[in-house]
Amino acid sequence: MSQEGVLQGGGAVADDEHHHGPDKGILRWVYTTNHKDIGTMYLLLALGSLLIGGCMAFVIRAELFQPGLQLVDPNFFNQMTTMHGLIMVFGAIMPAFVGLANWLIPMMIGAPDMALPRINNWSFWLLPFAFTMLLSTFFMDGGAPNFGWTFYAPLSTTYAPPSVTFFIFAIHIMGISSVMGAVNVIVTIFNMRAPGMTFMKMPLFVWTWLITAFLLIAVMPVLAGVVTMMLMDIHFGASFFDAAGGGDPVLFQHVFWFFGHPEVYIMILPAFGIVSHIISTFSRKPLFGYTSMVFATSSIAILSFIVWAHHMFTVGIPLVGELFFMYSTMLIAVPTGVKVFNWVTTMFRGSMTFETPMLFSIAFVVLFTIGGLSGLMLAVAPADFQYHDTYFVVAHFHYVLVPGALFSILAAVYYWLPKWCGRMYNEALGKWHFWLSFIGVNLTFFPMHFVGLAGMPRRIPDYALQFADFNAIVSVGAVVFGLSQLLFIYNVWRTTLGQKGVKASDLVWDQPVGLEWTALPSPVPYHTFQTPPKVD
Amino acid sequence: MKRVGFSAVSALLLLTTSHSAFAEWGLNMTEGVTRVSHDVHDLHMTIFYVCVAIAVVVFGVMLYSIIYHRKSRGAKAHNFHESTVVELIWTVIPLIILVGMCIPATATLIDMYDNSDAEIDIQVTGYQWKWRYTYLHEEVDFFSSMSTPSEQIDNSQAKDVNYLLEVDYPLVLPVDTKVRFLFTSKDVIHSWWVPDLAVKKDTIPGFINESWTKIDKPGIYRGQCTELCGKGHGFMPIVVKAVSKAEYKSWVTAQAVAQAAAREVKEMSFAELMTQGEKVYNTNCAACHQKNGAGMPPMFPGLKGSAVALGDINKHINIVLKGVRSTAMSAFAEQLSVSDVAAVVTYERNAWGNDKGDHASPMLVKKLKDNK
Repeated sequence: MSQEGVLQGGGAVADDEHHHGPDKGILRWVYTTNHKDIGTMYLLLALGSLLIGGCMAFVIRAELFQPGLQLVDPNFFNQMTTMHGLIMVFGAIMPAFVGLANWLIPMMIGAPDMALPRINNWSFWLLPFAFTMLLSTFFMDGGAPNFGWTFYAPLSTTYAPPSVTFFIFAIHIMGISSVMGAVNVIVTIFNMRAPGMTFMKMPLFVWTWLITAFLLIAVMPVLAGVVTMMLMDIHFGASFFDAAGGGDPVLFQHVFWFFGHPEVYIMILPAFGIVSHIISTFSRKPLFGYTSMVFATSSIAILSFIVWAHHMFTVGIPLVGELFFMYSTMLIAVPTGVKVFNWVTTMFRGSMTFETPMLFSIAFVVLFTIGGLSGLMLAVAPADFQYHDTYFVVAHFHYVLVPGALFSILAAVYYWLPKWCGRMYNEALGKWHFWLSFIGVNLTFFPMHFVGLAGMPRRIPDYALQFADFNAIVSVGAVVFGLSQLLFIYNVWRTTLGQKGVKASDLVWDQPVGLEWTALPSPVPYHTFQTPPKVD
Repeated sequence: MKRVGFSAVSALLLLTTSHSAFAEWGLNMTEGVTRVSHDVHDLHMTIFYVCVAIAVVVFGVMLYSIIYHRKSRGAKAHNFHESTVVELIWTVIPLIILVGMCIPATATLIDMYDNSDAEIDIQVTGYQWKWRYTYLHEEVDFFSSMSTPSEQIDNSQAKDVNYLLEVDYPLVLPVDTKVRFLFTSKDVIHSWWVPDLAVKKDTIPGFINESWTKIDKPGIYRGQCTELCGKGHGFMPIVVKAVSKAEYKSWVTAQAVAQAAAREVKEMSFAELMTQGEKVYNTNCAACHQKNGAGMPPMFPGLKGSAVALGDINKHINIVLKGVRSTAMSAFAEQLSVSDVAAVVTYERNAWGNDKGDHASPMLVKKLKDNK
């Protein structure tokens, strides 16, 4: 939270006259328009959500440890799977990336702050209210949303608990926050780059976030639209999704996945940027194929708008539609493959070391690729009839989201934390955290492929006996993975608030590339780049 | 948390001591018992091997670099970072692989979508939480509900081999016959999946989806609902019983006769009504209103001591027949026979300490049903 450098405030600022440092106490955090403070708050919110969503995963895994109903009733189980998904997607992964964007984009492009600091403050402060409202549904009559994080109508309209209205409002607020954050990123990148930093010189994290921001602006309103249609159906007698009133339940899925598929890339593109930086630094080699990385990321983003119905292969779309979405989905494998090949080639003939951020990044490449390959399998429509809505799908998207998105976030925190707070984290603890997470994550999600192929549907609170052994393993893995995250929290705490650990040098690592390393001291002062650096 | 710790320990014990006592470990997709399911399995294995090959190459190069190009071995970093030729190669090769993959996938998909020339048409309707099978050209139409007793689910009884995968009335199909399914739903979206047939199709209210199968060999094939459909989602299995054509014919005839007989309304004694009512209640009502009638308010009101169960009997019967608009209470007029409705209403008025003492006669139910 309050890093040394941040508290000292403006140590490196020459012009002290108009500089007054941050407010004291809680009000500093309420009123702040500083990108570093806001970034920190986003990251803390994400960490809190990760813990809450993780506890829900523990409930799910405890119930599924053995066949039979032991701990919770099926309705509460459905609330757990629903809220676990919503909290992890909207509360953990997305805010974490926004937090990293806040911290890093101005420092990487040589800007003093984000372009729209007050909007930045507001887009953060909307979120605690949105999530408080979402979580408060647990205490309402009828309980929390129980219709899955994809909230298919009519289960989420006619058959939903009354709390669905609060869920809709929470989604609206999160969407507003995301759109404002995305606008801020775009305006910042377009207008505040240091002289000489052309687009094709921008660090990849900035590039991937720029593309992500466009995706957010394009699809968040679609999500807002679909929940508004639900609201109309529930409270105002409309029948968008009610066949009896002339509506169409499948329309819901089309609109939802038109948001949902780009959303998937919103959660992974910034990760691509992060690991590109880290792999290059610890291979001591420039990133292979920078230009192709930029183009591959853009192609993935564009393709993400024309593949949505591969989530709906079993709803009965016509043969031609089925073929179109199968082909377009397979096409995504090409630019994604290019990225993986580029990372591997960056490592090739490098001079590699394996600090914690590098370990997480290598694991990212391996495990994300496994998730990508199972995605390729899912793209084959006839085979998808057997995979769809089974644990094979659960394994697939957890592989891209947990050792994918989440590992990249952990890698990013380890990588940039010394720059942020001026101290090195504890490397031994970091390695323990990595290896336990790596083992835990695979123990949790790999056997899900098997039970899925063997026929276990997802979102069921109890299962047939042939799935018992693997489910027990999965539950054990989940405990290992979940608890090992406490090491991370302790490590970050002792480095920042605890002020333990060796002081970091300004460069921190061995010849890293980028303004944040070469043009700024460690820890970074509260205000940076009040005069823009020169980039050549 | 205590529970979780305990789980971890016992899981480790389980792993070290017992290979599953119940069933063998399923690792892979079933090959199934139809031509289509074999094709799908082949596609699955092909794409799987393609993925393995890609993974071996990519991870192989990576591992090589990790071992040989590490600083601790004195590796010096090279400085190459661009090659258009290489980028083109690894764009084009995956493209070719994908086109190669699309060809058999397209053929199989076209085959799966060819619903023509079916000999039997069966409408499959999803209900929360059971299936209804209507044989369109026969006088056969019935519901199929899970038959696993709740004692096995709450762990007070040992679990059967087919735990959660058994039903009261399976779908009976002949082998070597093209059967077309028409899928729809009465309430929310469900999805009908039998892995051995490689048929999975969503049942959507207001829509009719199509699919077909032609089973090669007799047997019992089990599946489950695969679209989240509420609290009973995990408890609406599918059982298909594939029999010889001759056996199928005699089954259809016998079913038609039995169902016609069941539709006949005859008087029943109070004791008969109570016995049948308990069975009907536990199959159809207990998921929401609970076995002990306590319900799960406010979504699912209790029946024990409720104004409905202790009030006017006509009103009570009408609620069961017609459901309650915009709530989870669905209309049971189609789902239950007249005698079942009479029995379940009687049971609800006289079980768990409810003591109306009256009973609903099948005649009365029939009268109310015909009145609409």
